[in-house]
Amino acid sequence: MLLVKNGRVLDPASKADVAMDVLLDGEKIADVAAAGKLSAVNDAEVFDASGLIVAPGFIDIHAHLREPGQESSETIETGTRAAARGGFTAVCCMPNTKPVNDNASVTRFILDRAKAAASVRVWPIGAASVGSKGEAVAEIAAMKQAGIVAVSDDGKPIATARLTRQVMDYCRSLDIPVIEHSEDVSLAAGAVMREGVTSTRLGLAGMPGAAESVCVARDVQLAELTGARLHIAHLSAKGSLDQVRWAKQRDLRVTCEVTPHHFTLIDEDVQYDSRYKMNPPLAAREDRDALLAGLADGTVDAIATDHAPHEPALKDVEFDRAPFGITGFETALALALEQLVHTGRISLMRMVELFTTGPARVLGMERKIAAGQPADLTIFSTDRAWTFRAAESASKSRNSPFDGRAFKGAPVATVVAGRIVFEN
Amino acid sequence: MRIVEKAQLMSASEIDRTLQRLAHEIVEKSGGTKHLALIGIRRRGVPLAQRIAQAMRGIDGVDVPVGTLDITLYRDDLSKVASHAVLQSSDISFGVDNMDLVLVDDVLYTGRTIRAAMNGLFDLGRPKRVSLCVLIDRGHREMPIESQFTGRVVQTSPTEIIEVRLREIDSEERVVLVDRVD
Amino acid sequence: MTHRFRDLLALEPLNADELTFLLDQSKPFQEIQRHPLKKLAALRGKTVALAFFESSTRTRLSFGTAASRLGADTMNLQAEASSLKKGESLLDTVHTLDAMKPDCLVIRHAASGAADFVARHLDIPVINAGDGTHEHPSQGLLDALTIRDRKGTIANLNVTILGDIQHSRVARSNIHLLGKFGCRFTLCGPAMWVPRELEKIAAPGVSVRRVFRIEEALEGADVVLVLRVQTERLHEPALSPDDYILLYQLSGERLRRAQPDALVLHPGPMNRGIEITPEVADSAQSCVLDQVTNGIAVRMALLFLLTAGDSENGEHPAAEAQTPKNRRSTDVKDPSHASR
Repeated sequence: MLLVKNGRVLDPASKADVAMDVLLDGEKIADVAAAGKLSAVNDAEVFDASGLIVAPGFIDIHAHLREPGQESSETIETGTRAAARGGFTAVCCMPNTKPVNDNASVTRFILDRAKAAASVRVWPIGAASVGSKGEAVAEIAAMKQAGIVAVSDDGKPIATARLTRQVMDYCRSLDIPVIEHSEDVSLAAGAVMREGVTSTRLGLAGMPGAAESVCVARDVQLAELTGARLHIAHLSAKGSLDQVRWAKQRDLRVTCEVTPHHFTLIDEDVQYDSRYKMNPPLAAREDRDALLAGLADGTVDAIATDHAPHEPALKDVEFDRAPFGITGFETALALALEQLVHTGRISLMRMVELFTTGPARVLGMERKIAAGQPADLTIFSTDRAWTFRAAESASKSRNSPFDGRAFKGAPVATVVAGRIVFEN
Repeated sequence: MRIVEKAQLMSASEIDRTLQRLAHEIVEKSGGTKHLALIGIRRRGVPLAQRIAQAMRGIDGVDVPVGTLDITLYRDDLSKVASHAVLQSSDISFGVDNMDLVLVDDVLYTGRTIRAAMNGLFDLGRPKRVSLCVLIDRGHREMPIESQFTGRVVQTSPTEIIEVRLREIDSEERVVLVDRVD
Repeated sequence: MTHRFRDLLALEPLNADELTFLLDQSKPFQEIQRHPLKKLAALRGKTVALAFFESSTRTRLSFGTAASRLGADTMNLQAEASSLKKGESLLDTVHTLDAMKPDCLVIRHAASGAADFVARHLDIPVINAGDGTHEHPSQGLLDALTIRDRKGTIANLNVTILGDIQHSRVARSNIHLLGKFGCRFTLCGPAMWVPRELEKIAAPGVSVRRVFRIEEALEGADVVLVLRVQTERLHEPALSPDDYILLYQLSGERLRRAQPDALVLHPGPMNRGIEITPEVADSAQSCVLDQVTNGIAVRMALLFLLTAGDSENGEHPAAEAQTPKNRRSTDVKDPSHASR
């Protein structure tokens, strides 16, 4: 048993924002009461959360754990350890592993590895098409039975509108969401960053924001046609957000996520340093402004890291040749506090929503602090001073543009299924 | 450590008289000024060469061309100066083949500058003869080089420095002996 | 007044004083090109590594000749023959070269930022001989030197650049250099090669405008820089050469719209009959051969400035010269633009 006492509980599901004690028994929350009301039972571990926020366990709905096949960059064990340090209690891992997670055996492998070695819950996302090649629909039903929570061909869009429609129809019938990496491949071809003054000055090939929004438009239209649950991954462009807003106005089941690096950095920050190279690339100032507005007004449903580890040897090459992606687990909360809450753009409750009930709703689940719910909690400080050092990260990879950045606010304890898996 | 002036070696009028005398000597010894030319070594050799040429005009109306030579690229001690070196152009508008050249410099010391200057001259062609004219010879040669036309010979110690100050470059006109003292 | 440089990776970060210094320091080397004996011993005993990962005959020959004329030895890496084909990374190739202890590395590479990337990993001076579409600093310098010699100045000139500017490192280097001296730029070419962003890449205050009709673009030009049309189409979609000739070829008739004493520059090699007519290429206004000669002088100056001499403790003498903009791009600074 674990008693988390005196914390300021923020529970978006009930809108509670009050000092409470939370008692965890085994893998479930046993009781929640006003601070001081729950007395410790014999042999219950006590965690004093005075001065800290106690939130439902954070969910990262978009991450790459690289196992099976790319274990030199990350494993389920190291990735989830980094996730725990970031305050995440559950991670959805994308299927672009080697082999691709496009069948039930790979799904089961991932879940077995997670059971043996993961610090937090691992919820696999299955491929939409076989090999994510965009030709044939993958065995989504079998994978769902094995335990996937969504499908995606992440790393790319689902290759054709026709296939996207077929996948959406199928997934609607299976009641599982389709997560789209929206990108028009022909517009984006050869590009390594966002097209603009910076890319022109640096002489690096750029893709316009339209490369994303053209495909978001396609996907939203097909979501309307099929009635499927569509979730736009790592949305970065104003034009894409406009499409999502349009869809929500028509009550389509369209949701979207934004990464911390997209609400923090812009294309002007890019230098010849592959720690600034990811896909979709850092966008223009007006896109970032639009994302901040969308995070505040509810158009954006979730913050997701798109944690994309690459071992140093892969990233330490010329910008053009470096793979896309940066790590993100350990800096997500601090960046959200810095950029969104400390600036007054959104409330702390709204931020917690973006990490908990938002992603949960995309996946069709609940996330709350109430008796009977899973004993997952994220306990954090809004003002603890610390500096992120990539060299000290629990991830195997070091590719973060935030290396050396000083922050105010950090995860303090992460509780998964009633156990403290990270404490600082 | 500071620099102190120890003695004035030549005043403005002494410099002037010496240059007049050198001009006469060069014309006399050259056996004909048709192929004669002066080459001033940057920096202070340049105004000296120009003044000697001017003095020569006063003698027989002789008009001797003057060129300037920058020896930075020919130095053998680039390691010590390269990062501070500001290259200037040389400016020798006449051909040097078969010419009777007189190199002009302010102070003759180790002789390395003159060796570098000769490298520079021979890059341009094949002069018939090269002689050297200096205002001050201070000894301590490291090369087998001597001046044919010398203003004054001065004994110096290695820490001493001879500063030739000319009105075209410095704000005064005299030659001083300075020393480094603790 | 002397300036010290650790590397020469780009012209963009240099100010007008530093650029003037580099042009002035090229003059003695121009002079040397006129001597019967063009050889100096200034870099004797030094080795210059020429790492050309992109094929290039002229620039490589030019740097090689510059090095030899300074008395240096050269190490030559040519992409076709290199182990790059065997999958060796740029970094490994460069470290291998470095282990042979050259005194200076000249690098040309197809990736923008490659020179910067390499300089970050090496202690020896690095000269950028062209990185992707980013910059070609020695070309910018030799173009400016050519203009200055012919016109007496590089200040406040009207410069028209014709062609595929979007993919031209030569155009960028020229804009960054001449822009610091008050030159005004007119960029002209097919719309997909002259995007709006080019108007903003120079320092604030530099006038850059885009014009799509060549006749208008040439009005009042003091300098016309003609870029090569890449017939080996690297940039899709291809544009028909006939369309290009029709709209953008620099002919004698079109050139007459420029100032009567306007200069025509071309980085070479020229596609006679495509971007430029033979008549213009061979005219008195054409500076292409001067550009080539000046290229050697400029490259000799750069090699001399970066490589000559050693300091007392064996480190490069300019190591103390911390002109930070000429240092390699630093480790990630706190990205400041957006996070306010």
